[in-house]
Amino acid sequence: MLFRGLSFRVETGRALSLEGANGSGKTSLLRMLAGFLAPAEGAIRFGDVADGEERGKFVGWLGHHDAVKAQMSVRENLDFFAQLYASEAGDTLDALGLARLAELPGQYLSAGQKKRVALARLKLTKRPLWLMDEPLASLDAAGKKIAADLVAAHCAGGGIAVVATHEPLGIDCDRLVLA
Amino acid sequence: MSALLLRDIRLAARAGGSAMLALAFFASVATLVPLGVGPDLALLARIAGGVLWIAAVLAALLALDRLFQADFEDGSLDMIALSPLSLESVAAAKIAAHWLTTGLPLALLSPLLAVLFGVKTIAALFVSLLVGTPAVSAIGAVGAGLTMSIRRGGLILPLIVLPLLAPAVIFGAGAAVGSAGALPLLGAFSFAACVLSPFATAAAVRLNLGS
Amino acid sequence: MLRYANPTRFMQLSTPILPWLGGAALVLLAVGLTLGLSVPPDYQQGETVRVMFLHVPAAWTAMMAYGLMAVASLVGLVWRHPLADSAAKAIAPLGALFTALGLVTGSLWGRPMWGAWWVWDGRLTSFLLLLFLYLGYIALWNAIEDETRAARAAGILALVGAVNLPVIEFSVDWWTTLHQGESILRKGGPLIASVYLWPLFAMALGYTFLFLTLWTMRIQTEILTRRARSLMLAGEL
Repeated sequence: MLFRGLSFRVETGRALSLEGANGSGKTSLLRMLAGFLAPAEGAIRFGDVADGEERGKFVGWLGHHDAVKAQMSVRENLDFFAQLYASEAGDTLDALGLARLAELPGQYLSAGQKKRVALARLKLTKRPLWLMDEPLASLDAAGKKIAADLVAAHCAGGGIAVVATHEPLGIDCDRLVLA
Repeated sequence: MSALLLRDIRLAARAGGSAMLALAFFASVATLVPLGVGPDLALLARIAGGVLWIAAVLAALLALDRLFQADFEDGSLDMIALSPLSLESVAAAKIAAHWLTTGLPLALLSPLLAVLFGVKTIAALFVSLLVGTPAVSAIGAVGAGLTMSIRRGGLILPLIVLPLLAPAVIFGAGAAVGSAGALPLLGAFSFAACVLSPFATAAAVRLNLGS
Repeated sequence: MLRYANPTRFMQLSTPILPWLGGAALVLLAVGLTLGLSVPPDYQQGETVRVMFLHVPAAWTAMMAYGLMAVASLVGLVWRHPLADSAAKAIAPLGALFTALGLVTGSLWGRPMWGAWWVWDGRLTSFLLLLFLYLGYIALWNAIEDETRAARAAGILALVGAVNLPVIEFSVDWWTTLHQGESILRKGGPLIASVYLWPLFAMALGYTFLFLTLWTMRIQTEILTRRARSLMLAGEL
C-alpha cells in the first residue's frame, strides 16, 4: 500500500509539483492519474471524466524513460507521435532548440537532448493535463529554463501540470510532498 | 494505426533486420535437416512440409519477445497507449508489422527451400505459409503481451505459445502437401486468430501497463 | 474489509468438509479398484484392460480441471475476486499431475498392444499438449513477481487456452485420421461392456473427490501463505 487518505485538487492554470524521497510513490501516483493504475479505494476525476482510460485521452505524458528510438532521427521520432496524436511537430523543434539536431538519429543524442525531444513530444500532443516524471533530470541550465518556461506557458494557457521532481521547478506552483 | 505499423516496420528494417534474422534461421534449419536425416530426396520431399512449417514457426518466434518489450522498456508504450489509438488497434498494428517482417518473407523464401527439398507441391507450400503465418503472429502476440514485463520473458514465451500453435502446424503442414480440406481449416484458424487475438493481446498490454 | 472476509469464510466452511471429501475419495477409489480388479478381462486386451480404469478417469479429471481453472480465471478477471485467483492457481499443479498420470497410464495401457512405450495416438497427443498448457500456465505464474498481475496474466492465458483447447483437440483428431494413426485408446476400447461402466464411474467419482480434496487443501495453503506474507510485510511475524 502506497498512500492512505490522499486527497488533493488542482485547478486549471495551476502547476503541482510532487515531491518526496525515492520510492515514496511519485511515479505510481502519476501513473494513477494517467489511468494506467487504478486506486484501491477512492476516485480520480478530471473535470467530469472519472474513468481511467477515458481520462488518458486528456493526458500528455512525460515519463521516466525518454522513449527516443535510437534508429530514428529526431524528426522521425516526433513525426511518428505527431501522426499518432493527430497533430504536427511544427515549431516544437525550434521551441526546444532542436532544429539543428533534427536529422540526427537518436543514438547520437545526449541524455539532455533526448529529454528535450521528450518535452517537444509532450508539447505537440496538445493535451490539457501534463503529467511529468522528473522532467528536469539530465538537462543543463539552459534546458531547465526552457522546460520551466514550457510548463509555465502551458498553465498560463489553461492547462494543468503535475510534475514529480527532485529539484524546484523555478515557477509558481503548488506543492504536494509525499512522505 | 498505419503510423504505428510503418514505424515498426522501419525499426525492424533498421535495427538489425528481424526479417533477415528470420530468413537466416529458416535457411539454416533447411540446410541442417538434410545433414541430419541424409540426402535421400524422396524422404526429404515427404518431410519437407512439416519441417519447413516448424522452421517457419520457430523463426517467427525469434522476434516475438521484443514485440512489446522494446516499447515497454523505453517508455514508448506508455505514450502509444495514451494516444487516440485503442489498445486493440495497437495490438492489430503490431501483429501486422510482425507478420510483414517475418511471416511474409518466410513465405516468399519458401519456394526456394522447396526446391532444395525436392518438393513437388511448391505452390501449396507457399500458400499454406502465406495463409498460416498470420496465425503465428496473432497467437504469438498474446504471449508477447503477457510476457513483456518479465526479464527473461523470451524463455517462457515459446512454452506458452507453442501448444496454442499446434493447430496451425497441423493444418499448415497438411495444406503444404495438399491434404484435402487442410487449407480451408488453416484459413479459418488464421482468420479466427487474427480477429480474436487483438482483444486478448490488448488485455495483456493493459495489464502490464499498470505497474 | 469485505475482501478478506471471503477467504476466511472459505477456511471456515472448508475445514470441516475436508475430511469428508477425503474420506469419500478413499471409499470411492477403493470401491472402484475392487470392482476394476474383479471384472472379467476383455476378450481382446486381456488383463491389461484394467489399466483403463486408471487412465480414463485421469483423463476426464485433467480435462475437467482445466475447465474449472478457466472458469475460476474468468471469475478472477471479471469480478477481481482474490479467492478465484487462488483457486485457479491451486488447480494447475493438480491438473498437470492428473495429465501426467493419464499419459503414463495411457502408455502402460497401450504397451502390450503397440509394442512401444509411446505412439502418437490422437488422444495421447492432445493430452501431451494439455500438459504443456498446464506447464506454461504454471511457468507464467512463477515468472511474474507481482501476485495480482501474475494472477491476471495467467487468467488471460487460461482463457485463451480454454478457447483454443477444442480447436487443438479437433486439429489433432484431424491429424490422426490424416495419418491413419492407431485409435486404440478410444473411450474405453472398441466395446464398453456395461460391466465395465461401474468401475469406471466409481473411479471417476473417486478421482473427482480426490481432486476436490487436494484442491481444497491447496486453496487453504494458498490463503494461509498469503496471510503469512502480509503479516510478515506488516512486521508482525
